[in-house]
Amino acid sequence: MSAEIITTGDRILEIIKTNNLTKKFNGFTAVDHISFSVKKEEIFGFLGPNGAGKTTTIKMLTTLLHPTEGSAELSGFDILKERDKVRKHIGVVFQDPALDTELTGRENLDFHARMYGLDKENRKKRIAEVLKLVDLEEKKDVLVKKYSGGMKRRLEIARGLMHYPTVLFLDEPTLGLDAQTRRAIWEYIKKMNKEEKTTIFLTTHYMDEADYLCDRVGIIDRGKILVMDSTDNLKNAIGNDVITLSCSNLDELGKRLGEESWIKNVKQHNTFLTLGVKKGEEKIPIIFEIARNLNIKIKSISVRKPTLDDVFLYFTGRIMRDQEKKDAKIENLPPMLRSRGR
Amino acid sequence: MDITEFQAIYIMWLRQMKRFIRSRGRLIGTIVQPLFFLVILGSGLRSAVMPGMVGDDYLAFLAPGIIAMAILFSSMFTGISVLWDKQFGFLQEVLVAPVSRFSIIIGRTLGGATIALIQGFIILFIAFGLGVPIAGISGLLLTIVFMVLSAFTAVGFGLVIASKMENFQGFQLIMNLIIMPLLFLSSAFFPIATNPDMPSIVSQLSFFNPLFFMVDGIRGSLTGLNNVLDPLVNLVIVIGICIFMLGLGSYLFSKYEA
Repeated sequence: MSAEIITTGDRILEIIKTNNLTKKFNGFTAVDHISFSVKKEEIFGFLGPNGAGKTTTIKMLTTLLHPTEGSAELSGFDILKERDKVRKHIGVVFQDPALDTELTGRENLDFHARMYGLDKENRKKRIAEVLKLVDLEEKKDVLVKKYSGGMKRRLEIARGLMHYPTVLFLDEPTLGLDAQTRRAIWEYIKKMNKEEKTTIFLTTHYMDEADYLCDRVGIIDRGKILVMDSTDNLKNAIGNDVITLSCSNLDELGKRLGEESWIKNVKQHNTFLTLGVKKGEEKIPIIFEIARNLNIKIKSISVRKPTLDDVFLYFTGRIMRDQEKKDAKIENLPPMLRSRGR
Repeated sequence: MDITEFQAIYIMWLRQMKRFIRSRGRLIGTIVQPLFFLVILGSGLRSAVMPGMVGDDYLAFLAPGIIAMAILFSSMFTGISVLWDKQFGFLQEVLVAPVSRFSIIIGRTLGGATIALIQGFIILFIAFGLGVPIAGISGLLLTIVFMVLSAFTAVGFGLVIASKMENFQGFQLIMNLIIMPLLFLSSAFFPIATNPDMPSIVSQLSFFNPLFFMVDGIRGSLTGLNNVLDPLVNLVIVIGICIFMLGLGSYLFSKYEA
């Protein structure tokens, strides 16, 4: 009896819960035994490069793909056995636009509302509400093919919210949008998380996006979750400040600095070192002194607040951008990274 | 089925209607092409003598064939246009909704059939205007039944193709290699089974052509001239084909993963 009460309690706290979720396509493992949970009313982000398995995970959680192995629960409903119940409780904004461009914005919302069984009164009220939330009231009777990219995305977000979902999935919500529109979309996402109490699961390969929006982030790479924590904790793990330096003898200086207790971590890359420290500005003179004693010449040094880029680099040993451009032109990388890009 | 499913079927149907009315090109194209066949081919060859044809009115022979053709093309397009939704991403929105795949297919089929019937009726009226004789009221009603069944079958066939194809590239191939030969060998444009000039193997094979029974059924019920089989025999066969095709299309679509 008591066990049952605890499970019910868990369900309220954990909106999404996966257990060894796996998807294989013809021998290629896109998602590799991942287990994680998303708490009620939080914004949770999957951060990783293209092809890491983010979209495949979303497709499994939204019942569009069958997992090869493992299981998942959404609001306590099994994604395989209770598909219709899962579907009723989720809203999805896909990576590629999924609107009928031959219909108007309002008609797209009406289509959605009827598919989810909203009655007439509710439809009318809710369409007005979500249109207001994303500021599309004036464009509601315009055909969607005349919308801009940002407007389409806003309409999709509004549509995802139509049926009061417990959790809204956003797959790369700002992909291909300009900086200003991205900001606006971020504000809408924050707003609906706050006002509608919607739990949000988003994927992104933009560090700043995960940093700005997410309460917790899971870093995913090659189908596996490498680390999962709050953005603050992840950044704290590598130090409050990050010092990047390049010098004449990386190995020696790196080894020497590793002995210093005030340095949280030292990571050596091909042409530079990163150090996680507190109060970075005050540490620069100390580092110079250590280097001088070893007769090592420091060529460049910088201090900055850590970003999720640093976190990704720390846990994978690779820079995200680097991986994405692996097949593209290496010349486009900044000089510092060029030698890494083989 | 609960009320949600009916609402889903209705909105799927309504969407098809709205898209059809807004797409002028499709509306005009699907009416103009059969019209050319009917008016130019039919009028031009009206007094020609066809081998295997009874009577001397080619237009009366051709009209049922053209009605069948218009309905088949239009409905098949509806089925295949699932690919369009796939390409534009809208299919995902449909598939992720808490609606059974069965209702989704019913909605699309009813939408496609309605559009096909509108087009079929327009051609029917034009045929009346050109002086095609009508067998009677009951025949006309039976014609409508055949039109509905043909539309359902073709939507089903379109769904089968759509679930097996990734994009529109194979569409032309299927039209040229499957649909056009079947149509030419269905007696829609000229007699096949009763044609003395045809190799007997072709005449016999035409009885395995599903389109033959639809064309022959419409011909028998609408004009009562030149039909090979009794319309009621055709009816039974066409119902069978329709159930099979729609069932296969639904089955393949329900297996579909986004």
